[in-house]
This record gives sequence, C-alpha cells and structure tokens, in this order.
Amino acid sequence: MPLRLGVLAGIGLALLVVPIAGLLIRVPWSGLGGDLAGSGDAVRVSIVVSVLATTVAVGLGVPLAWLLARGSFRGQALLRATVLLPIVLPAVVSGVALLASLGRSGPIGGLIDDLFGITLPFTTAGAVLAASFVALPFVTLVAEAGFRAVDRNLEEVAATLGAGPWRRFRRIALPQAVPALAAGVVLGWARALGEFGATVTFAGNLSGRTQTLPLAIFFELERDPEAAFSLSLVLVVVSLLVLTAARRAWVR
Amino acid sequence: MRRLLLSLVVVLAGWGGEAPIIVGGASSMAEAADELASDFGQGPVEVSVAGSQILVSQVREGAPLDVVLTADEATASELVRLQVLATDPIVFATNRLAIAVAPGNPHAISGIEDLANPDLTVVLAAPQVPAGRYTAEMLEAAGVAVTPSSLEPSVRSVLAKVQLGEADAGIVYRTDISRGDVAGVEIPDTVSPVAEYYAAALATSAQPETAAAFVAFLTTPAARALLAEFGFSP
Repeated sequence: MPLRLGVLAGIGLALLVVPIAGLLIRVPWSGLGGDLAGSGDAVRVSIVVSVLATTVAVGLGVPLAWLLARGSFRGQALLRATVLLPIVLPAVVSGVALLASLGRSGPIGGLIDDLFGITLPFTTAGAVLAASFVALPFVTLVAEAGFRAVDRNLEEVAATLGAGPWRRFRRIALPQAVPALAAGVVLGWARALGEFGATVTFAGNLSGRTQTLPLAIFFELERDPEAAFSLSLVLVVVSLLVLTAARRAWVR
Repeated sequence: MRRLLLSLVVVLAGWGGEAPIIVGGASSMAEAADELASDFGQGPVEVSVAGSQILVSQVREGAPLDVVLTADEATASELVRLQVLATDPIVFATNRLAIAVAPGNPHAISGIEDLANPDLTVVLAAPQVPAGRYTAEMLEAAGVAVTPSSLEPSVRSVLAKVQLGEADAGIVYRTDISRGDVAGVEIPDTVSPVAEYYAAALATSAQPETAAAFVAFLTTPAARALLAEFGFSP
C-alpha cells in the first residue's frame, strides 16, 4: 500500500476510534449501575418506541421493497429516491417535516385531530412515527437488495405449477430473502433506537412518554455529564452488537 | 488542491483582519447579543449562541470563548467554581417570565393558574435550562400544578411549539413576547422570578483587554438602551 494512502487511512481510523475511546475513558465505571437504574423510564420508552417503529418499518418497508425490486414502471427511480430521502436528511429536518404535515396544525395532522380527536406531537405514538420515518428507508433498502438476489427461476417454476403471485411471494421469494430481511430489521431497529432530532422536534421530551435514551443523554449532559457518558456507552455497545448481528445475517 | 487548503487555513485563521473576540451568549438573548456586538465599537465581536448550560460545558471543555453571557445565577456560579473567569460575573440585564399563547388567545388564558387546566397542551422549558428552572420555581411558589406535554431543550423551542400551533401555551421570557411575533400574556412582577443575566470575561481570553472592555460596555447607557429595546430591564 502506498505510504500516503496508509497515513490517510490511519488518520481516518483515528477520527472514528478516538471519540469512542475518549468516551470509554470518561465513563464512570463505578457509578454505571446507578446511572442506568436512574434511566429506567428512558430505557423502557426506547424499547417500546424502537420495537414498534421497527414493526411499522418492516410492515410497510417489505412491500415497498418488493415494489422497487420487481416493479417496472415510470417514476421508479423517483420513488426509490423518495424512499431513501430520510437517510440523507438531517433528522431535525425530518422532525420539521413531520410537524408541518402531521402536527396539530398541519394539513393531515389537523384532519386526524378533527376526525378522531388524536394529536401526534408530544405522544409516544408521535415518537414511534418519527422513528418509523427514519427506519423505513433502511429496511426498504436492504430488503430490496434481498429481493433482487432471489432466484427468479424458482418463482417461474412455481408459477407453471399454478402458484399465484401472493403464494409465490410468500413461499418462494420471502424465505430466500430472510437473511437480507433480518439485516434490514436489525439496521432499521438500530436507526430507530438512535433517533434523536426528529423525535425531539416532533414528539418533544417528556420522561416516561417521549424521552428515549438519546434524548435522556442530551438532557443528562446538562445536568450530570457522567450519567450521559454511561448512557452513551450503552448505545455504543448496543450499536456494536447490532452491526455484528447484521453482518452475520447479511453474510450468511 | 494545495492552494485550496492554504486559502482554507487563511480563512479559518481569520487572516487579513483583526481577530474578533468571541462572545458566548445565552439563547434567550440571541438577537440582543448580536446588536450589542455590532454596537460595541472597540473591535470586532462574534456571537456564538447556545443554552446557558451548554455555554458552561463549552467553557469547561476549553472552547475559545472570550466573554460569556449566561441567563441565570446557577450557571454563572458554576463558571466561578470552575475558576475560569478573569473577574467576578456582573449582572447586566434582567428579564421576567411570560406566557406565550396561540394567536388571539383562544383559550382565554390570563394567568399561570389557567395553565393547570388538563385540557390544555402546555409546553415548558426543561429544568436543565435557566428558563425551565425559573418556571419550576415560579409554579412551585404559586402552588400551580401544570402537567406539561413536553419539557423542551430551550426556551426558544417552547416558543416555536406555541408559534406553530402545536401547543396551546408555553412559559417563555417576557422578552420573547415583547418582540410581537407571538401572542403573550404577561406574568406580574409579584409572581414571576427575576431572571438575571450575568456577564464575565474569561481568564483564558487571548485578548483580555477587549474582553474586559466588552463586559464594561454592557452597563453603559448605550448598551442599556439597546437592551431595553429588546425588552430587558437593567
């Protein structure tokens, strides 16, 4: 490897590793248990919100992925770009967009309020929606790649044997795409778990209702920085586990 | 490429002009701090706005600030405790709390007692930031139990949630409603705590004279008049 590339690669690695190492150094290991116990509400909200958001993202993302993988229609490229948008959007922009549309005074949110008397901002459902919004593209992207890799000959054989489109999807394509779907679920869940900007903007911050772990970290930093370090460590560890699991599922 | 990097360095180092002092200003006085900076007249000033508590964190972690303006005594005394100040902090402005309400005040809110109504969506500033601390203090002293829908990261996001119509009411600073872009209800001086704004020059400043001059400037009649325009009291 040319020396200059090696040096730059080394600096790149340092840029990624140094902050995490710094965090590890400053985590108050002795107070770790207490810090985590004091954040039970945030952990609970995080689990509820991320699991529900992943369920939503899988339920809607898999059909979208199928459409993108198998469809051949005008505007498909535009559709794919739209689906991927939340990945590149700053999370706060996602939050502002959710507020503008689904907030109490937004066109859709206002309608929901008028018809059902339900408002989404400041509710756990709002936090789930924000997390679903950012997790959906990850699930869709990975699932689409999985569907593309499915052996279509098998589907054609099934078709000649009389299997309809739903049966072919359910019995042939879906089982083959399972490793990719698993990777999509794990990545989507991790994204939902780490969501901050859209959540605080759209769902607000209330302990036990909308305050997830990332929000708790942000507010703890201003009150008790050491507790913020402890909670950050939890998310680093979970993220590492998720990456390992996703890679396994993907490679298999 | 090399030329590009060099020009970047030049821009970053601020060559070709006098280096400005950097004033860290509490978010609730963002607009006033900008005006104060441009009226200072004894050298260029750049304003970096953040929540008071974040300003303290920035100073603690070594941010190159020259002057800090924080929105409460707690953050000012934290700076004193960190032993990073050139001189003791001085109070240069005061503020009070107020209720921000939806345009036209459809829920006819006239005082903080009305905020206890459970049918209202009320947002408050989180107790980690000065506005939130003052709010909690006031509600407790008045014996009013408010169930907030959200404890927002800054007083400005409380204001935004009310302006956007997502919340029916929120507790903000009097200066926030005196700008006239949001409807508000004043809270009487007998009820609202006084929010004191502290200024101090940092011991680590590379331009200690200019930093001290800026702090001194804040109590001049010119600066006072300017602060009053934004709704601050001396």
